[in-house]
Amino acid sequence: MSQGLNMVVCIKQVPDSAQIRVHPVTNTIMRQGVPTIINPYDLYALEAALALRDKMGGTVTVLTMGPPMASTALRKALGHGADRAILLSDRFFAGADTLATSYALTAAIRKVGETTPVDIVFTGKQTIDGDTAQVGPGIARRMELNQLTYVSAIPAIDREAGEITVHRRAEGGVQVLKTKLPCLITMLEATNELRRGSMPDMLRAERADIETWNAEAAGVEDIGKCGMKGSPTKVSKVFAPQPRAEKAAMIEGDTAQAKALSALDVLTTADPKLIQVIARQTAAA
Amino acid sequence: MAQAPNTPAAGRGKKLELPEHLKCYKHVWVFIELEHGRVHPVSWELLTEGRKLATALDVDLAGVVLGPAGEGTDQAVAETFHYGADRVYLIEDPLLENYRTDPFTKALTDLVNTHKPEVMLLGATTLGRDLAGAVATTLATGLTADCTELAIDPNRNLAATRPTFGGSLLCTIMTQQARPQMATVRPRVMAMGEPDRARSGEVVRERLDMAEEQIVTKVLDFIPDADTNQAQLAYADIVVAGGLGLQKPENIRLVKELAEVLGAEYGCSRPLIQKGWMTADRQIGQTGKTIRPRLYIAAGISGAIQHRVGSEGADRILAINTDPNAPIFDFAHHGIVGDALQILPALTEAFRNRLSVDRLAG
Amino acid sequence: MTQREHFDAIVVGAGPAGNSAALTMAREGLNVLQIERGEYPGAKNVQGAILYADALEKLIPDFRDSAPLERHVIEQRMWMLDDESFVGTNYRSDRFNEQRPNRYTIIRAQFDKWFSGKVKEAGALVICETTVTGLLRDKRGRVIGVATDRDQGEVTADVVVLADGVNALVGSRAGLRKELTPRDVALGVKETIFMPREVIDARFNLKGKEGVVIEAAGSVTAGMAGTAFLYTNGESVSIGVGCLISDFAESEVRPYYLLERFKAHPAIAPLIEGGEVKEYAAHMLPEGGYNAIPQLYGDGWVVAGDAAQMLNAIHREGSNLAMTSGRIAGETIAAAKAKGKPMTASTLKAYKRALDDSFLMKDLKKYRRLPKVLHDNKHFFTDYPRLLTHAAETMLRVDGVAKRDKEKAVMGSFRSERGLRGLASDVLKMSRAWR
Ligand SMILES: Cc1cc2nc3c(=O)[nH]c(=O)nc-3n(C[C@H](O)[C@H](O)[C@H](O)COP(=O)(O)OP(=O)(O)OC[C@H]3O[C@@H](n4cnc5c(N)ncnc54)[C@H](O)[C@@H]3O)c2cc1C
Ligand SMILES: Cc1cc2nc3c(=O)[nH]c(=O)nc-3n(C[C@H](O)[C@H](O)[C@H](O)COP(=O)(O)OP(=O)(O)OC[C@H]3O[C@@H](n4cnc5c(N)ncnc54)[C@H](O)[C@@H]3O)c2cc1C
Ligand SMILES: Nc1ncnc2c1ncn2[C@@H]1O[C@H](COP(=O)(O)O)[C@@H](O)[C@H]1O
Repeated sequence: MSQGLNMVVCIKQVPDSAQIRVHPVTNTIMRQGVPTIINPYDLYALEAALALRDKMGGTVTVLTMGPPMASTALRKALGHGADRAILLSDRFFAGADTLATSYALTAAIRKVGETTPVDIVFTGKQTIDGDTAQVGPGIARRMELNQLTYVSAIPAIDREAGEITVHRRAEGGVQVLKTKLPCLITMLEATNELRRGSMPDMLRAERADIETWNAEAAGVEDIGKCGMKGSPTKVSKVFAPQPRAEKAAMIEGDTAQAKALSALDVLTTADPKLIQVIARQTAAA
Repeated sequence: MAQAPNTPAAGRGKKLELPEHLKCYKHVWVFIELEHGRVHPVSWELLTEGRKLATALDVDLAGVVLGPAGEGTDQAVAETFHYGADRVYLIEDPLLENYRTDPFTKALTDLVNTHKPEVMLLGATTLGRDLAGAVATTLATGLTADCTELAIDPNRNLAATRPTFGGSLLCTIMTQQARPQMATVRPRVMAMGEPDRARSGEVVRERLDMAEEQIVTKVLDFIPDADTNQAQLAYADIVVAGGLGLQKPENIRLVKELAEVLGAEYGCSRPLIQKGWMTADRQIGQTGKTIRPRLYIAAGISGAIQHRVGSEGADRILAINTDPNAPIFDFAHHGIVGDALQILPALTEAFRNRLSVDRLAG
Repeated sequence: MTQREHFDAIVVGAGPAGNSAALTMAREGLNVLQIERGEYPGAKNVQGAILYADALEKLIPDFRDSAPLERHVIEQRMWMLDDESFVGTNYRSDRFNEQRPNRYTIIRAQFDKWFSGKVKEAGALVICETTVTGLLRDKRGRVIGVATDRDQGEVTADVVVLADGVNALVGSRAGLRKELTPRDVALGVKETIFMPREVIDARFNLKGKEGVVIEAAGSVTAGMAGTAFLYTNGESVSIGVGCLISDFAESEVRPYYLLERFKAHPAIAPLIEGGEVKEYAAHMLPEGGYNAIPQLYGDGWVVAGDAAQMLNAIHREGSNLAMTSGRIAGETIAAAKAKGKPMTASTLKAYKRALDDSFLMKDLKKYRRLPKVLHDNKHFFTDYPRLLTHAAETMLRVDGVAKRDKEKAVMGSFRSERGLRGLASDVLKMSRAWR
């Protein structure tokens, strides 16, 4: 039997952005009490890796760069069935943008690969706090992995030939791509559903010692390329969006029909060409 | 982008001087996204925006066209001028027929290294984001994704503003010590200018030094979206969308019926995708599509910030909600407080009647 | 089948009762597994609330150093409302600004998470997002573990502590207790309204970490047995209304409607004006009191906290009773374990005995008649608030009517509304219920 796949899944712990509030007086982010979650997009990457492991054998290592409390995210991933968890944590990593993040993660992934070469690195499509979708391509470039972004399915892997076929979402369609391992895959959302771990998974996760690596342990060569220092982009200002000056003008009416008729009136008065536009559209269809 | 900080004043006070070797970087570039012989409209939007930046910097505006030799590429070059470019950097090569990361990254990085632009804009599409991430890492420069506003600051830096933390905040990001300053912008965020068919300009041709054998990734197939409506939502003139207020999956019908009468596209808020009531390509919002229609009708949608950022670019928004305090009324232009399940059919009826009257009247 | 893991004790639920039990046992060296269905401890307990220091101090004496406490309470306002006005009493004292304050406002989601951290530090294994679906029993009916909604989800233990909150589904499904009746449970609806700290300080006349509690009864509950409240947190206020489920069912009034009315009351609206509603939650409270307390122990199990109906509705104490009963359950089990005793009903009876000796059972016993009195005498929530507010208005309005005539009119209004006999019997009922 051929050897299983050695996979690394990069996950990030992020604040649940739905619950973030802006302080109306000071205009700062109020993070107090905002729960953190695993970046939702990374869950699709995790499941894709777990599914491949089930099919082909191998190991799934979850990796995150973040503060010590990010170990919660890793433990959660273990509870879903990941085999190993590594926390990359060092004050030198603080304030990293995507370029610096991909630099540090690359060092750690190389380290993981020292014992057994890594076949596939998975990341989510993007994060919900940074939201850039750059870290994946960044890692791929640095490690010279074949880059497969927005992957929706992995129909085939040929372990002997070291080949992988994926479906990649493109504008207006799906590309079917074939490339060689090792590769980097950023997984598209809604492509699978993360499994619930079993009770033994949960117990193992709770008991696990999370391996924590600092820059040195991860084999980072140039501290200057990490964190704030290694980040070409700088946030110069954070501010709350301007609320619209006035609220919606309410359309009144006693019945739904009456309201609909006034709405029609209001809309066609505000935009006299509206009916023409509709007529053109419906004629075209 | 950098991690958004806790405080607004995270930018450190010190003004950074651009390193000497980067001072020769000049001009604003827009990557023209050409695939299957067609240019993604976001490229035209970016040219319109790029023109403003070029004017502010008093430099030229250029488009980058990568594609196989042929009609589609010729057309793309011509249109790039129509939409305002002074110059086009062109690489024609059969390897650039279908998008793949490697040849496109090489082509674009080589162009940048030879011609040194100070600002480079790409569409935040699946292609643009794939390419931008790879190119920025290779060039070790800063990249700001999904910008909603671009401006030039007094020190000639690109100030790129984008939503952060799920759209609850905006942040402005600068790349002060690296060039080019890269940014991606989602389709429909910037307005598209009118083309000037008489315009033309200089074409600078370069070559792609690459052979098929050097490219590991092969395109086996391209499966176009069977559902041709797929890409239309972002460009539709009228959009009707429903949210959890529709209550049951059956009621999606009411949205579709109104959309049909209006010749509109239909969409929804995210929970409906999660419940499987609609397909993911119909989600409107931060993690879905940004729309910019003439008219947006939102029924039973609360107007959460993530939905708002994807829809408030509409010229006119009509919101239907049972709750008079729903946040959607904070950014809609017109509101109806009422049950969407009754208002939607009534609207469908009202529009249908009006249209048939108009038709009869000729 | 794969091997089931065995623990000394399994605790179901990570609310105050479960956390107290797990903490106590883990500290005594027991091998404890705690199972919580929420995404994290406190995830389902979103509301802000009052924390009584005493019960927690017994478990974590230095909790003030690290617990997420919002404000300590220096003022209590008790209001009787009618639609436009209220009469009430305030008690505010600088003495509450003591070194170790007695009452705090907290946000449960944060507090429970912190508490759970202490439980983990003590060595218990805590797993979340896992629902206990049933109890495992041996042939003789002894409880020997739990079943959960996960694959290979069964785990066994010498004893199971049921601290799964007011629904107590695990116990009732297993037939350890009767199902709850609508008269034994109240439904509380609550909102957290965000307001900047400075605004709260100004509106409630507070500085530093001082806080205020408002308890209100009267027309807000639309004639049902219940109360409303407002607590100040650091940067939000918690506001809510609670009434018996049976009353909601009878009156067909929607709970949310009551809350909206309370928020719109002229005495409340200015306090919360401009605030942003952050979250809305509905939660049940066991209000059956002493008479509704089920069997508390059996072979291989004990029950604590809301699941055991331990709530003092009159004084709005719940979490402290939960912590106390959880702690006592834990102590009982740890002591039995130390002595090598089997976890049988006769061993665990010591739990009930210890509870009976504590303030907890004494308080619950004292008010045992109150739930019924309040339920059967709705005029306490309708007539009296109206009469009292009118009385206050009559007395305060200076309009040339002699004070003595005013007093007469007030007394007359009471008499005509309730009748002399009614008044006397109300006084008697209340005083007996309070005894
Ligand atoms: C990282 C992240 C990204 C997200 N991205 C997106 C995104 O891209 N797009 C998006 O939409 N959401 C997104 N969300 C989710 C978003 O936060 C909201 O949860 C979501 O938009 C709410 O959808 P809704 O308005 O349909 O539902 P609800 O918020 O539940 O609102 C339903 C509304 O319907 C009204 N209603 C009820 N009954 C009726 C009736 N009969 N007639 C009329 N009105 C009625 C209610 O008053 C209410 O206002 C995201 C969330 C996160 C955390
Ligand atoms: C609106 C309102 C206001 C209140 N205000 C106060 C106040 O100010 N002060 C005060 O002292 N008390 C207050 N209370 C009462 C207090 O909240 C409860 O008495 C207290 O929370 C009881 O603690 P508990 O641990 O028994 O139950 P809970 O806190 O309900 O905890 C039970 C836990 O078990 C979990 N669970 C349930 N079933 C399962 C299962 N099958 N498997 C796994 N896990 C399960 C639940 O998710 C939950 O986390 C208030 C209650 C309400 C509703
Ligand atoms: N700090 C981090 N630690 C681990 N993985 C990360 C981190 N930041 C980003 N990633 C991964 O990179 C993907 C894209 O992130 P982003 O470029 O920030 O949108 C995420 O979905 C993660 O898989």
